[in-house]
Amino acid sequence: MQQFQTDLSEHFNDRIQSNDKIEPNDWMPDRYRAQLIRLISQHAHSEIVGMLPEGNWITRAPSLRRKMGLLAKVQDEAGHGLYLYCAAETLGISREEMFDQLLEGHAKYSSIFNYPTLSWADIGMIGWLVDGAAILNQTTMAKCSYGPYSRSLLRICREEDFHKKQGMEIVATLVAGTPRQKHMAQESFNRWWWPTLMMFGPPDSDSPNSGELMQWKIKLKTNDDLRQRFIDMTVEQARAFGLTIPDPSLRYNDRTGHWETGAIDWEEFKLVVNGYGPCNRERMDARRKAHDEGAWVRAAARSYERKHATDGSAAA
Amino acid sequence: MTTPEDLHDQWELWEVFVQEKTGEPHTHAGSLRAPDAEMALQNARDVYVRRGAATSIWVVKTTDISATVPDDNESFFESPRAKAYRHSHFYKLPKGMKDQ
Repeated sequence: MQQFQTDLSEHFNDRIQSNDKIEPNDWMPDRYRAQLIRLISQHAHSEIVGMLPEGNWITRAPSLRRKMGLLAKVQDEAGHGLYLYCAAETLGISREEMFDQLLEGHAKYSSIFNYPTLSWADIGMIGWLVDGAAILNQTTMAKCSYGPYSRSLLRICREEDFHKKQGMEIVATLVAGTPRQKHMAQESFNRWWWPTLMMFGPPDSDSPNSGELMQWKIKLKTNDDLRQRFIDMTVEQARAFGLTIPDPSLRYNDRTGHWETGAIDWEEFKLVVNGYGPCNRERMDARRKAHDEGAWVRAAARSYERKHATDGSAAA
Repeated sequence: MTTPEDLHDQWELWEVFVQEKTGEPHTHAGSLRAPDAEMALQNARDVYVRRGAATSIWVVKTTDISATVPDDNESFFESPRAKAYRHSHFYKLPKGMKDQ
């Protein structure tokens, strides 16, 4: 029996090494399954909770064009959450279990969504910075070894193209506007810059899961690698916008060809991830309220189905 | 509140197949939960075709799909794999002669 397990595990590692995709019915180590469930469900929760900070501005969008764009983006996020819940379900966890973990406050989601959206400029910053960071992460993850997750991410990346661009359009409009608008953009950038850098997760020296995840090709680049790519790309964009990066220590390293930032406040990151960020409680209250207020919709759908099942009229 | 019915009365799982243009095959897009086929089709449109890139959608209950077992792949696909004479490269023509 033990020999059999070793053979399975060797065969699995060979498949990973040769960049084969693992599918739901294939044998996989229990840890591989558990890590994927953790990662994919956290990603799904992030999409769902991520609708809240932006949803806050839908009714106050400054024009119809902006409102349509924002609405479409938030709808995409709901859809992306659903793709990801489906991908997680293929690993044997039920959707209800994942919802419960979120609503009961046991599940983690991206720390960034626990920051408030105080001005319209924040919607621009979320598209440019938060979606920019997410896209970088997701395009890398789309090459991961688990088939259903990889396919969901490909679909998500294809659709998220416009999310970042609509954000950059908002920022470009504000920085070309009145002094008050420019100030609004800079003030917002000051608040989002550091939390966005934290989105890539703890530094490699303090990232306990990374080794295992990379060995299984669930993760393909380290947190620090991706963060550096983001910094190099975004510093240039910020300069083009005429925005000042809120980091007096920021400097270009001629030798490495990379921008180097000052120290990131990892204490703040830990507090926010563990439930003590500015909006953690507000976000969970909003999710619970939405779930409770949707109960009648779920009940109505269920009774519609029962009615059609009993009166014999085929529903489809 | 989340009622016990909410928790245990799960909607059925459906697999969604989308045809993006006429003449193309329906390809698997993903899955979703819905109480019946009509609502599954509507949800499939909202979840998988938000950009309108589709000419047709199929939904199939996941439990109605039968699939091969990965562990049996070797024996199950052995027979067709061993039939090289079903491919054109198995056959030789005189040098210089083209088959089309």
